[in-house]
Amino acid sequence: MRISPKMATLLTLSVIMLIAPFFFPSAYYFRIASLVYVNALAVVGVVILTGYAGQISLGHAGFAGIGGYACALAPVYLGLHPAASVVFGALASGVMAWIVGRPILRLKGYYLAVASLGFGILVSMVLTNEIAVTGGPDGMKVADLGLRSWLSERGLSLTNGQFWYTITALLLLAGAWLALNLENSATGRALRALHGSETAAGTVGIDVASAKLTAFIISAVYASVSGSLIALMNRMITPDIAGYMHSIEMVTMAVLGGSASVAGGVFGAAILTLLPQALTSFDQYEQVTLGLIMMLVMIFLRQGLLPGLASLLKGRGA
Amino acid sequence: MSNPFKTLALAGVATLALSASALAEIKLGATISETGPASFLGDPEAKTLKLLVEKINAAGGIKGEKIKLFLYDDGGDPNKARTFATRLVEEDGVVAIIGGTTTGTTMAVMPVAGENKIPFISLAGAIEIIDPVQPFVFKTPHTDKMACEKIFEDIKKRGLSKVGMLSGTDGFGASMRKQCLAVAPAWGMTIVADETYGPKDTDMTPQLTTIRGKEGVQAIVTPGFGQGPAIVTRNYNQLSMTIPLYQSHGVASNSFIQLAGAKESEGVRIPGTALLVADLLAADDPQKKVVTEYKALFEGATKTPVSTFGGYAHDAFAIFVDAAKRSKSFKAVDLRDAIEGTSKLVGTTGTVTMSAKDHIGLDLSSFRMLEIRNGGWTLVK
Repeated sequence: MRISPKMATLLTLSVIMLIAPFFFPSAYYFRIASLVYVNALAVVGVVILTGYAGQISLGHAGFAGIGGYACALAPVYLGLHPAASVVFGALASGVMAWIVGRPILRLKGYYLAVASLGFGILVSMVLTNEIAVTGGPDGMKVADLGLRSWLSERGLSLTNGQFWYTITALLLLAGAWLALNLENSATGRALRALHGSETAAGTVGIDVASAKLTAFIISAVYASVSGSLIALMNRMITPDIAGYMHSIEMVTMAVLGGSASVAGGVFGAAILTLLPQALTSFDQYEQVTLGLIMMLVMIFLRQGLLPGLASLLKGRGA
Repeated sequence: MSNPFKTLALAGVATLALSASALAEIKLGATISETGPASFLGDPEAKTLKLLVEKINAAGGIKGEKIKLFLYDDGGDPNKARTFATRLVEEDGVVAIIGGTTTGTTMAVMPVAGENKIPFISLAGAIEIIDPVQPFVFKTPHTDKMACEKIFEDIKKRGLSKVGMLSGTDGFGASMRKQCLAVAPAWGMTIVADETYGPKDTDMTPQLTTIRGKEGVQAIVTPGFGQGPAIVTRNYNQLSMTIPLYQSHGVASNSFIQLAGAKESEGVRIPGTALLVADLLAADDPQKKVVTEYKALFEGATKTPVSTFGGYAHDAFAIFVDAAKRSKSFKAVDLRDAIEGTSKLVGTTGTVTMSAKDHIGLDLSSFRMLEIRNGGWTLVK
């Protein structure tokens, strides 16, 4: 039986997710793995926007902020269940992306990068300054999801780490599945066409502006859900989540891993989440080492780590 | 079918049990913002902890057992702080955590400490950390509320009561502003102006002009840290203002005088700790010995002047060591009880006496009202 690349990615991912816990020596590894999955989810969104459609956003942390704060604020002010707040946050992010993206995406070139940068900073400023609502820079507490105690009442008792590992793994799988389906759909083909050439895509009847907008909205929803997950997992949130550095982190993860494919994005997220943890023992050399690794990858493996390594291996085989 | 997680948990427990039996040292954890925007707080804190651990181990440890310090740099990011706290508890198996340089990182570590029943001594300012009291969370710095009260006490002594506030919108400034507004009436203070500035603003002349224009304003209080308060001080001079100017404990360090300028900061009053004025303390001052010793140790090893923030770490470590000496065992739960039982422990920040209701254990007397004269500190009598 031939396995399609889509199935191969999903299968590899689920096998890793299933097997990895058996090698975890402590609950700390569940936390790290959950972070990898949460970051990977946001990066899959970036892959859709950057890898498929060829657009760059430097303000995606803004959407993570909206998603995260939706989980903090909606239960308090709207009486929503935290789980419903995730959906609420995703909707809010989607609408926001539509409002912001509609005018910007009609423009060509770097306008989206610059405008999204501004958007991200705006969100982070609002979260920092509206102290009465958001608690300001010190952040605020987030309600418990309640699902873990619900499960344990029904006989499935998981530790906090195991619970979030499961949740984040399932959501990343779902996210990856949707993104992979999109890749080969009509929309996905349209996105990849405009990545190649907007003019050419326009001449074959693709509505360039609306295709870009679709990609922007979808990727915003991914970032939002990942922000919600961080908030629920940490049970607290601060405006750092919407910070400029977080946006850059997402793009870096995608580019480092290989932004053209979902697998590459996930790989990049895993590397950039795990490396700092592994490098902490280097103390002040941590940042230097991290920077050096990233530079070397960009110089020698320009398509990103995963595609680069794959083509290297293929080259050897031939 | 057996639950894979359960098998794993069992394996984990077995490993833990093994390592527990082989335990020959006290494992102390710390997550500190050595780098990032709060590094001016975190850097002296981390250095202090390393120095003190070295010192106590060289002297034979606690009850013959050496302390092993696990120190991580969270860069001021709460998400990282939470991860490191998990790592300290789950992976390194520490019996207590010191850290949380900022209020944000502290808030992120608190649930981990609570869930795993590990005592946690925070180095951050906000009152929310210990109010309401959580069984496993303690802190060493004064609260913003106490700084406000100390300032208001001094303003009252001068026979003044109408205060103009100029606060930073950063976490520290925002939190202290809230506390000051809340306690002002109790000290008979009237807030006649309530202005703010952003952490990156470079000119506060408009706000100061507004405050000066308010009728009857008698003193200015400026909660905030970083460069903002120094700029306020410079602008205050440029406007030739003369009403008393109070800065917060957030800038109680020599670098503030350097930033603001010796001439410009002349006469500025700041509630600070005994550490800043170690040389000026009377010989019979209860804190004299502790602050002089710490100052000598820190300045000798790092060749940089001591700061209040390193002092917070010094006190957290002193509380931990004192508790470990009194504790029934070196288990986390016993240590927690011992920390709560801290009594009359002299630190750099003040004399600490904790109780089930008070997880900071300091009173107003631990603050000294300092005045800058000729580019140095003097004690206000």
